[in-house]
Amino acid sequence: MSGIYTGLLLGLGVLSCLVVVAVCRRMKIVDPEGHPIHLALGMMRYMPWFLWAVIKANIDVVRRILHPRLPMAPRVIRVEASQKTHLGQVIYANSITLTPGTVAVETDEGTIDVHALTRESAEEVRSGDMDRRVTDMEGER
Amino acid sequence: MEALLYYASWACLLLGAGFCFVGGLGLLRLPDFYSRMHGGGVTDTLGAGLILLGLMFQSGLSLATIKLVMIGLFLLLASPVATHAIARAARHSGFAPQGTGEE
Repeated sequence: MSGIYTGLLLGLGVLSCLVVVAVCRRMKIVDPEGHPIHLALGMMRYMPWFLWAVIKANIDVVRRILHPRLPMAPRVIRVEASQKTHLGQVIYANSITLTPGTVAVETDEGTIDVHALTRESAEEVRSGDMDRRVTDMEGER
Repeated sequence: MEALLYYASWACLLLGAGFCFVGGLGLLRLPDFYSRMHGGGVTDTLGAGLILLGLMFQSGLSLATIKLVMIGLFLLLASPVATHAIARAARHSGFAPQGTGEE
């Protein structure tokens, strides 16, 4: 990534990649979760919706922070994570955390505890819209 | 075209800086630990994202832009994991969130 393409540098890069792959194989930690390329198609459909949700949530949180009376009602709710694999649940939990106003505090098998800043953001998570979309993306095999 | 990119870049940089500022303000103004995390969330997502986008407009189609995209992807993966780890640690040490409580 430095813009320098000499044989030595490229050769060393290839060599270190091969060594890392060999070490990982020996340690038996190569699995489909390492680089989930099979989700690429679903990701492309999910990302635009997700980015828009993040922007909307950002504007809402910013409005509340700048409001002189700080209107909010923090709460913890438990929601379902209907994804089949651990990877899908991690994507869902991370999506919740990336959306300002909601943070995934605790994850368990099939459920996520979410700390929400306001009643509206809690309802948004509880509606299960994001959950459904992540599950759809995961189903794209 | 060049002027357009230039202004778009500055608009993104200034907006990003604004979001980072409000995020920091949120860290100071919000009442308890858990709600302060949401202030940090603003800085992590739109603040950092818009600044990266503005820098991409500056560098155009070049190697620097690819690096910026990599930084963006890394932030997208790392920042929620870090936030979640902090929140989880706080909860496991028995730190109760302020507000209406568990439902």
